[in-house]
Amino acid sequence: MAEIVLDGVSKRYPDGTTAVHDINLTIADREFVILVGPSGCGKSTTLNMIAGLEEISSGELRIDGERVNERAPRDRDIAMVFQSYALYPHMTVRENMAFPLTLAKLPKPEVAAKVGHAAQLLDLTALLDRKPANLSGGQRQRVAMGRAIVRDPKAFLMDEPLSNLDAKLRVQMRTSIARLQKRLGTTTVYVTHDQTEAMTLGDRIVIMYSGVVQQVGPPEELYDRPANLFVAGFIGSPSMNLLPAQVRDDGLHTIIGVIPHRSRGLPPEVVAGIRPEAFQDTRIRGGASFTDTVDILESMGAEKIAYFTFETGETGESGGTAFGDGAQVVARLDPKSRAREGEPATLWYDPAAVHIFDPDSGVNLTA
Amino acid sequence: MKLRWGFIDVLVILYALIPVLWIVSLSFKDPSTITDGSLLPTKWTLSNYAGIFRNDDFLRGLVNSIGIGLISTFVAMVFGTMAAYAIARLAFPGKRLLIGFSLLIAMFPQISLVTPLFQIERSLGLFDTWPGLILPYITFALPLTIYTLSAFFKEIPAELERAAKMDGATPFQAFWKVIVPLAVPGMVTTAILAFIFCWNDFLFAISLTSTSAARTAPATISFFTGSSQFEDPTGSIAAAAVVITIPIVIFVLFFQRRIVAGLTAGAVKG
Ligand SMILES: Nc1ncnc2c1ncn2[C@@H]1O[C@H](COP(=O)(O)OP(=O)(O)OP(=O)(O)O)[C@@H](O)[C@H]1O
Ligand SMILES: [Mg+2]
Repeated sequence: MAEIVLDGVSKRYPDGTTAVHDINLTIADREFVILVGPSGCGKSTTLNMIAGLEEISSGELRIDGERVNERAPRDRDIAMVFQSYALYPHMTVRENMAFPLTLAKLPKPEVAAKVGHAAQLLDLTALLDRKPANLSGGQRQRVAMGRAIVRDPKAFLMDEPLSNLDAKLRVQMRTSIARLQKRLGTTTVYVTHDQTEAMTLGDRIVIMYSGVVQQVGPPEELYDRPANLFVAGFIGSPSMNLLPAQVRDDGLHTIIGVIPHRSRGLPPEVVAGIRPEAFQDTRIRGGASFTDTVDILESMGAEKIAYFTFETGETGESGGTAFGDGAQVVARLDPKSRAREGEPATLWYDPAAVHIFDPDSGVNLTA
Repeated sequence: MKLRWGFIDVLVILYALIPVLWIVSLSFKDPSTITDGSLLPTKWTLSNYAGIFRNDDFLRGLVNSIGIGLISTFVAMVFGTMAAYAIARLAFPGKRLLIGFSLLIAMFPQISLVTPLFQIERSLGLFDTWPGLILPYITFALPLTIYTLSAFFKEIPAELERAAKMDGATPFQAFWKVIVPLAVPGMVTTAILAFIFCWNDFLFAISLTSTSAARTAPATISFFTGSSQFEDPTGSIAAAAVVITIPIVIFVLFFQRRIVAGLTAGAVKG
C-alpha cells in the first residue's frame, strides 16, 4: 500500500517531443486514480514514468515519501498490467503468475499458495496448466491481472487493460476490476481513453490533453464543474453542446436563441455549454426554451437522442458542428418524449445549468 | 495447373538430387567399375568406406572439422546473440555503423583475405592450429548470426521484456528467462547455418593448414591418393563426401521440430 506523489514531473523524449508537462499529482494510499485523455496525450508516458520503464526528465516521483526517480522498476515494488497483456508464451498460466514470486526467490510452498489464492480470486484455477495461446482474450486478461496481484505490490498500474476485449466483456471486467481493487485496497493508476470507463471506475479522474493535466477530481465534479472547454467536451456522452454566444444586456445570443443570463463581468464573446441531458420537452418553470425541427431521433430504449441542425452561415468556431456549416445541438430526452423525426419540437432547459466558457482561454467562467 | 507445378517440383528435386545420388552410387562402386557410367553400381562394395575409416588423416580431419565447427559456432552464437539483441532492442550510437560493418564483412570476397591471413597467422604462430581456423570462421559466421538473430529478436514483442522488468527481473534475467526461450527456434536455426558454414569451408581449411593437425575433412579429402599411383581415389572421395554430409543431415533432422516458428503465439493479443 502506498502513496504516490508526482511533483512537477515532465518528460521530454530525445527527439524533442514534450510528452508530459509538469504533472503535480498526489495519489493517496488505496486510491483508484484514472488517467484519461485522447490518444497521444501522454497517459502511457506518465504511467511508464511511475513504473520506471521511462526515465523522468525533470521533477520528482515519490512513493511513500521516498524519491524513486533513479530506481529500477524491480526496486519500486509496483505491478503493471499491459494493454497487450504481455503474458510469457512459453510458460503455463501457473508459471506466468508465479514468475514474479520465483524471481523474488520465495520458497516453493509459499509460491504455490499465493498462486493458488490469486487463481481462485480470478477464477483461473481450472486454467492453471494451460499456455496463454490456448486462452480466450478475457482469460488472458485475467492471467495478466493475476500476475500483478500475486506478489501483493505497493501499487498497480494498468495501461488500457480492457481495450482488447469486446464491449460486453469490457463492461463485465470493468466491474470485476473495481471490485478487486476495493477488496485488495491497493493503490491503482489506471489509464484509459474511454470516458465511460473513467467515469465508472475511479475515485478520482485526471484528464490530460497534449501532455498537460486539465483537471483532477472525482467523476461528479468533472461532470458538474468542468474546468475548461476541453474537459467539458470530453466528459459526458453525448458530449456537451458548445455554442458560440454574443453577450448582450438581455443575455447570451446563440443559435438556439437568447439564453437569459446576467452579462456583467463577461467578455463580449463566450461559449455557452449545455449538456444534452439538460434539455427536456416538458415545460420547466422559469426555464428557457427553443423550437426547431428534429433532424434525427435515435431511440436507445432507455432514452431518446434528438439532433437539431441550425444554419449558422459562418464556418468554423461553431462548437460541435458535424454537418457542413450548420451547428448541431444534441438533446437527450426521456423515452416517453413525443418528439418525432422531421417534426418540430420545443425543448426546455434551466439557464442555471448553462456553463459559460471564455472562447480564447477555454476557462469555465461559471465554475 | 496442379499437374504442371508437380512436374516442375519433380524436375527441381531431380536436378538437386541427381548429383547426390551419383556421389552415393560412386561411393558403393568397386574401383574396377567406377568408370562404367551406370547410376546403379554393378558391383557393390563397402571397401571405399572401410578404406577411408582406415585412413588416419581422414579420421583426424573429421575430428578437426567437428571440433573447429562446434567451437566456432558456439563462440559466434554467444557474441552474435548479444550483438543481435542490442541491435534489435537498443538505440546506441554507432548502431548503423555496426550493421553496415557486419554486412561488409559478409560481402567481402574471402579469397582476397587468404594471403594476408596466411602471412599474419604464420608470424603469430597460429598457422596450422585450431585457433588459426576458428578465428576466421567466427569472423565470417558472426555477420550471419547477427543478421538472422536480430530478425528473430525483433519479432519478440518488447512489451514482454517490460513485463519481466515490472515482475522484478534484472535486464539479464529478462533476457535469459523470457527472450532466450522464445528465441530458441531462431537460435537453433542460426546455429545450424553457422555450423554448416564452418563445416563446408574449403578455402581457409586448405590455405591455413599444412598438416593434419588442423586440416578439416573437406581439405583432407583433396589429399586423398589411390592405393597405388595408378589407381584413382574417386571411390574414396565419394565415400568421404557422403560421410561428411551425414552430420549435417542428422543435425537438421534432429532439430527440425525446434525450428518451427510460432512459439510466440499467445504472448500478446492474437
Ligand atoms: N519513444 C518516443 N519518442 C518520442 N516521442 C514519443 C515516444 N513515445 C511516445 N512519444 C510521444 O509522446 C506523446 C505521448 O505518448 P503516449 O504514448 O504517452 O500517449 P498515450 O496518451 O498513451 O496515447 P494512446 O492513448 O494512443 O496510448 C505522443 O505524442 C507520442 O508521439
Ligand atoms: Mg498509451
